[in-house]
Amino acid sequence: MDFLGTIKLVFRTLLARKGRSFLTILGIVIGVAGVIIIIALGAGAQSLILGQVTKLGSNLLSVSPGGGNKNGPPSAVYGVTVTTLINSDADLLRSKTQVPHATAVCAMVRGSASVAWQNKSVDTNFMGTESSYSNVVNFTMQEGQFLDQQQEQGNANAVVLGSTVATELFGGTGVDPIGQVIKVKNSSQTQPGGIPLRVIGVITPRGSSFFQDNDDQIFLPLVLGQEQLLGIHYLNAINIKVDSSDNITQTVADVTRVLNQSHHIQKDVDADFTVYNVADALSVLSTITNALSLFLTAMASISLVVGGIGILNIMLATVAERTREIGLRKAVGATNSAIMRQFLLEAGALTFLGGVIGIIIGMIVSYAISLVMNYLGYDWAFVISITSILLAISVSILTGVIFGLYPALKASKLNPIDALRYE
Amino acid sequence: MSLIEVENLKKNYVNDEVITHVLHDINFKIDEGEFVAIMGPSGSGKSTLMHILSFLDRPTSGTYKFEEENIKGFDDDYLAKLRNEKIGFVFQSFNLLARTTVLDNVRLPLVYSKNKDMDKLAEKALEAVGLSHRLEYFTNQISGGEKQRVAIARALVNNPAVIFADEPTGNLDSKSGNTVMFLLQKLNNDGHTIILVTHETDTANHAKRIIKIKDGEIISDEKVHHRTIAKEDADLVK
Repeated sequence: MDFLGTIKLVFRTLLARKGRSFLTILGIVIGVAGVIIIIALGAGAQSLILGQVTKLGSNLLSVSPGGGNKNGPPSAVYGVTVTTLINSDADLLRSKTQVPHATAVCAMVRGSASVAWQNKSVDTNFMGTESSYSNVVNFTMQEGQFLDQQQEQGNANAVVLGSTVATELFGGTGVDPIGQVIKVKNSSQTQPGGIPLRVIGVITPRGSSFFQDNDDQIFLPLVLGQEQLLGIHYLNAINIKVDSSDNITQTVADVTRVLNQSHHIQKDVDADFTVYNVADALSVLSTITNALSLFLTAMASISLVVGGIGILNIMLATVAERTREIGLRKAVGATNSAIMRQFLLEAGALTFLGGVIGIIIGMIVSYAISLVMNYLGYDWAFVISITSILLAISVSILTGVIFGLYPALKASKLNPIDALRYE
Repeated sequence: MSLIEVENLKKNYVNDEVITHVLHDINFKIDEGEFVAIMGPSGSGKSTLMHILSFLDRPTSGTYKFEEENIKGFDDDYLAKLRNEKIGFVFQSFNLLARTTVLDNVRLPLVYSKNKDMDKLAEKALEAVGLSHRLEYFTNQISGGEKQRVAIARALVNNPAVIFADEPTGNLDSKSGNTVMFLLQKLNNDGHTIILVTHETDTANHAKRIIKIKDGEIISDEKVHHRTIAKEDADLVK
């Protein structure tokens, strides 16, 4: 029998047993859908991370207090307060002769704050920073302006609101936030009151990055944040913008040298600060995502193997059930290889069908996930690569052929006389 | 020229080191156009003989020449090809494919010979057995007698050199059985060689020659003097 004839026969046979055929391929459907979803999630996460880079601005270095592995988390993660990074460090790094490729240097402190306007009060995060923040991080102003150098140096009572905070305080009141005076206090401070600050600008919504809502934040002058809200004299971070990606390595070395000198550090292992290359950190993060999706894909593949065993089981039952048919086909001239081909194709067609259904389900679910993620404010792309589809289809067909091989072989080896007599 | 010639044909089965001698020293010739009944009680070896003659099985020793050629040297695939091109089968239990139409059942042998005129030939064969009106019926929608007629059409469709009918009336009432025998006699009159395997004398008497087998040996090989001629059934005139 020719290939096309076999295909027709196979599909007729499978259609005649719709319910069973579907149950047989369910394992394959789930496995393939799982693989497709996980690969799509991996790709979506990658695109999210890449989006973060653009959002943060490229060519960014970040200096954190405390030593440690520069690919690991900052010391603060462990609950240790490290006070080794101070305002004068930032000033040193601004020196064009010491760090020639730094285009902007921005020191910052962070904390949580309670913000009140009239009778409304919201809890949010604050960032004490400098005017250079706008040169380091990419963002635009919705209205008003960001802190300028004068306000920063004069320690002015000015504040810039993230869009979420602006909406929460002023939304629905019809009042323009610009020029309004809000009261800001450290969240841990229990008595009423707070520092009155005048709103000078609102930042355009930026969405989330690294699971932190960038819009639920207020920005105020560094020294004000340090002295009046936190009562500290050290920094949480210094961000440095480098003029070009080619000079990042050089700048990391420059920054390290300058800080080593000012901190009197002889050996690198004694360093009480860490220079992070944001791009490096992201690439570490993508490595983690990749490894994770590879791991999850492997888990989903187990379902394919289980599905394959289901195929094996059903095909064996089918061969037993159709023993007489096999005997008859042989009697009227089917060769062993024709019988083998028929049953192999049957298994392959089953799993191919399972693969196609799995891909469709996987795509629908991945799309739904991307919709949800976008709704939650993440730049989550719906990515289905041709490679993952081809992979899923070939793996599912292969599963059918591998697990269909033994039943097909068994069918082809049946003795036609015994098969014809089989009850 | 003999169509079939067997000499000193023997068949043994070995099961758990016990050798069963099913056929001993079988010798006969069958010419083209004959209608031979191989008759014997169950266990006589007649079915085994039929399986060997129809290339479903091989003899343990002795020679079997089909169209003057010794089949000993033929491989399994070639025997499958011979079955496909030279042999038609009619079984006691019909052996039609379930969930398949009458037409598709009849086409089955042609599917394996990659015949281009499958539908035309199948329709012609079904016409010969008076089932032109049942082409698209499924095999579970027709009667037992009609099933056996479908099987005869299937045996006929590749225009074989010989049609083997193994107890073709065994599962049928006498009326349907008569129709089947009528068709076999008609095919024989049209020139087909028919080999009928049966244990019933009444059925065997439809043949022109009866080879009687008992305990694996031929006990008689005679012409039928008072041959039963099956009457044409009104069903077939449709």
